[in-house]
Amino acid sequence: MKLHNISFGNIKRRKGKMLFLVLGLVIGISTVVTLLSITQTMTWNIEQRLNQFGANIVMVPKSENLSLNYGGIDVGGVSYNVREFDQEKLANIRTIKNSKNLSIIAPKVLGPVKVKDKNVLLMGVVFEEELALKTWWHKTGGVFPKMENEVMLGFQAATLFGFKTGDTINLLGKSFKVTTILKPTGGSEDDAIIASLGASQRLLGKEGKLSMVEISAFCQGCPISEMTLQIAEKFPNAKVTAMKQAVMSKMQSIDMFKSFSLGVSIIVILIGSLLVLVTMMGSVNERTREIGIFRAIGFRRGHVMQIILLEALLLGIIGGILGFGIGNLIAYGIIPLVIKDGVFAGINMNLGVISILMAVALSLLASLYPAFKASNMDPSEALRAL
Amino acid sequence: MTQVNHFIEIYGLKKTYQSGDTNVDAIKQMDFFIDDEEFIAIMGQSGSGKSTLLSIMGALNHPTQGKVLVDSLDLYSLTTEQRADFRSEYIGFIFQSFQLIPYLTVLENVKLPMAVTGQKKKTKNQMALEVLARVGLGAKAHRLPDQLSGGEQERVAIARAIVNKPPIILADEPTGNLDSKTAEEIMMLLQSLNKDGHTIVVVTHNPGVKAYATRTIRVQDGECHA
Repeated sequence: MKLHNISFGNIKRRKGKMLFLVLGLVIGISTVVTLLSITQTMTWNIEQRLNQFGANIVMVPKSENLSLNYGGIDVGGVSYNVREFDQEKLANIRTIKNSKNLSIIAPKVLGPVKVKDKNVLLMGVVFEEELALKTWWHKTGGVFPKMENEVMLGFQAATLFGFKTGDTINLLGKSFKVTTILKPTGGSEDDAIIASLGASQRLLGKEGKLSMVEISAFCQGCPISEMTLQIAEKFPNAKVTAMKQAVMSKMQSIDMFKSFSLGVSIIVILIGSLLVLVTMMGSVNERTREIGIFRAIGFRRGHVMQIILLEALLLGIIGGILGFGIGNLIAYGIIPLVIKDGVFAGINMNLGVISILMAVALSLLASLYPAFKASNMDPSEALRAL
Repeated sequence: MTQVNHFIEIYGLKKTYQSGDTNVDAIKQMDFFIDDEEFIAIMGQSGSGKSTLLSIMGALNHPTQGKVLVDSLDLYSLTTEQRADFRSEYIGFIFQSFQLIPYLTVLENVKLPMAVTGQKKKTKNQMALEVLARVGLGAKAHRLPDQLSGGEQERVAIARAIVNKPPIILADEPTGNLDSKTAEEIMMLLQSLNKDGHTIVVVTHNPGVKAYATRTIRVQDGECHA
């Protein structure tokens, strides 16, 4: 016989009452777990969508002149030296501190070519990267180009020159097959001919040179502006700009939901602890007689406290485990209903450990006063209540 | 004046309870001694102060005035926790209406006083089974209290009181809830425990108990008459 046998015995043979006590903890913990799972899924979902928004970091060569272009409208007609950077140095970008957060790196070379005596913008791209980045590029028919001798045309360019999918186009004396025409996007690509990077570099006489690099980096809480600085450090000749507005506003709305979840969690946990406190108080009052007997047969005050706090500890563990399980079940059921295309992110074992620790802490805290009160009960008073 | 050759010594005992604005004297003035291995019956009507006297002798209830010495220990000069240790070592209580813990089995109830002592698990089990056999309940060790008759519950209460081998057994109306035949059996059990060397103090208003005691102390209106 040890003190814990008394705690076990009480929990084992008063299941109904103990279940009610655990309920307070379960409500608190499961709410927290559900809200956290929803927030996590939301962040992940928005992250996925943001990746489809395209580049959020743009790297261009530093220029000593100011741009005379706003929103795609060129007002200057001032020609300035277009500088390029070396393609071989691009590999350095993978050496920045946050390199694991770089998802797509799309290098380009830009330059004018003449088609039917008109100047057209030639964009040399790495098709694979470019198409992953520009998810809003849709073809009208045919296939996206893959080979060095294949190109695709922007909608405006194709209309102007009357090219169709399958035609052959002559660029500076070389023939290219038009594999598809892009649907209008409203962007600069509408007016461009898009070819592979290598072929374009050769056509423009810019072998091994890049005009700009578009980078897509996103992850939960990615330090975009810090990454910009890290890239700028590696490429002193480049101007690295973060396009963070979209990211910021989306993250702000997640942050707002996070604060809301935190608020709700705190309130629910407070209510849960109050429930535990009230039930524990009731349980202690109900056990006045018992506590009187314990004291009469030689239990110290500390022993009585140990019995009650041990019960609280056990109930905390049970409440934590149940709360975590139920919270995950609710999240699993509710996420597809509240988040469009939301999928339950899975059980997070770290959160499980935290849930149990939190339930134990709450249970112990809420039982501290009842335990103190019980241990200070005058044994003769307690026995008079017989 | 103070003598140390008695096992239990009570001097100038007074206990006043506050009831609203008035003070009620549960014990007005008591002085008496109890020797080792005596079987004392404290007789008196209900409200005469005998239960209060028992709780004071059992180190459970601080007197308003006076001293209680047990084995030369001044009980109320000890700290609360020291008095708990004293009860664990010296006193076996048999409460009115048994007071068993309903969610513990008979065996666990008997082992309860040993939850705060240092014996090994095996020793505890052995001691508990021994006293259960002594009170004739060896076969019902794993039942819950509410599966037993009144007399059997009283026996469990006695087993619990003696399991730690305390020198003093204090019993509050041990026959109060029993029929006369069972009451007789219980008194004989207490008598045999007395013969084994336990000092026994029984508080009762049942005159039949007198026959088993070695001495009777009468309590009337908070005073005692040996």
